[in-house]
Amino acid sequence: MEGDEQAQAAADAVARRSYGKLVAFLASRTHDVAAAEDALSEAFAAALSEWPRNGCPANPEGWLLTVARRKMIDVFRGQNRRQMVSVEMQSIADVLAASPTDTEIPDERLAMMFACAHPSLDPGIRAPMILQAVLGLDASRIASAFLTSPAAMGKRLVRAKVKIREAGIPFRVPGRDELPDRLDAVLQAIYAAFSEGWTDPAGADVVRRDLAEEAIYLARLVAELLPREPEALGLLALLLHAESRRKARRTQSGEFVPLAQQDPSLWNTDQIDEAESLLHRASSLGTIGRFQLEAALQSAHADRCRTGHPNWAFVIQLYDALFALSESPVVAINRAVAIAELHGPAAGLDSMPSVDTDSRLAQYQPYWAARAALLAKSGAFARARDAYEIAIGLERDDAVRRFLDSRRSSLPA
Amino acid sequence: MQYLLLLHANEAGFSNMTPEQQQQGFQAYMAYGEALSKAGALKGSNRLRPVSTATTVRVVDGKTQVLDGPYADSKEQLGGYYLIDAPDLDAALDWAARCPGASHGAIEVRPIWEMGDY
Repeated sequence: MEGDEQAQAAADAVARRSYGKLVAFLASRTHDVAAAEDALSEAFAAALSEWPRNGCPANPEGWLLTVARRKMIDVFRGQNRRQMVSVEMQSIADVLAASPTDTEIPDERLAMMFACAHPSLDPGIRAPMILQAVLGLDASRIASAFLTSPAAMGKRLVRAKVKIREAGIPFRVPGRDELPDRLDAVLQAIYAAFSEGWTDPAGADVVRRDLAEEAIYLARLVAELLPREPEALGLLALLLHAESRRKARRTQSGEFVPLAQQDPSLWNTDQIDEAESLLHRASSLGTIGRFQLEAALQSAHADRCRTGHPNWAFVIQLYDALFALSESPVVAINRAVAIAELHGPAAGLDSMPSVDTDSRLAQYQPYWAARAALLAKSGAFARARDAYEIAIGLERDDAVRRFLDSRRSSLPA
Repeated sequence: MQYLLLLHANEAGFSNMTPEQQQQGFQAYMAYGEALSKAGALKGSNRLRPVSTATTVRVVDGKTQVLDGPYADSKEQLGGYYLIDAPDLDAALDWAARCPGASHGAIEVRPIWEMGDY
């Protein structure tokens, strides 16, 4: 029994440390993510039955890889016998058999992330693919984080893996000329994973909170593997800034606290310091980008709240730069709010993007909430009430809904 | 791996061009084919007559049905193909992007399903 527990603990430890590395090693040689995952899960099962009997091997990672590789070769050879042309399968088996296991296992997770976030895959499946292939999250866990059914998510993951294999999507870090665009897809996928985790800021939903942590882990991994890519550093800085305020975003009783009213002493200063030094390193590399600008904005907001020195002119400059890069209506909304702080609510309302020119805004809660706040400040209480009404109807987070409702109720009649 | 690059474009575009433009277009395709073949990537290529010459055949309940026109009626028509050899999808996508047809239509890139690989 004690051996069982030790074996379990050892297997868990290797799984945590090496799961993605082992999948990447097997998948990058076969292009078959699903087969790599299957072989590895069989190897873990074998470990749980053998390690209690014979003791944990000195190199558990190498042991698992050897077993998984043998299982995969068996599968490919088994398919061979039923097939007319076996050259390709045979060569896959040979490649697997020839790769080293006694030496350090090469880390090919980054190459696998580029395959998972390949432009030929549906953008919505890229983050789930990375979460599954690198971290081993199962479809039902990913589905609940992305608010879809496990069956639907499972199907989409399978389809993506089939495409990776059959279309010949490469497992490779793209060359210099292609890297910026392709890296952006990887970073966006990680950011999407973080955002899904972020929608439950109270951390009441363990799945979601973990997802934010996993996303930070992935961002850290990319930043470590590509230390000269400013946007990779920028993304990690952005996530750390957001994460540093997690505790302050809700009261003890679970009420939503907007940034301006948060208690900075609840912020995690280690994470802020790390984010700042990442941002500093990124800026020394000389190429600005979306994630660096967003991290710089988080940094500016945090700095204003901590010191009490208004820095709205600087914030507007950052939003201008970000808008020039992205032309995102979301950025335009935040910029309008900053303009209102500096030049008054009328100027803010004038800078707001219009639903007439972008119909997506009609369903975007932050647009209506921002509009409502600016209308309230300018004294247009009836219109503010209407806008709050719509914002409340569009919000899915209960605490935010209560917050918006209290704002609406506090408007003069 | 082998990939089929399927060239889809609005057929009317070509007939609306001046003879000089058509000549330039031909030359661009010639150069593209030359580049593919110099790189050892070209496995086969053909241009197709317009869809007005297409006939669609289907056998239903043992009876052959023959219909005038293409199988899919769309704004852009299949006008030709290149069968190429490429190490992976990225390489195939690079060739697709270099194809003159990518600038006046769309190139669909499809991996070839090798015999016996089911």
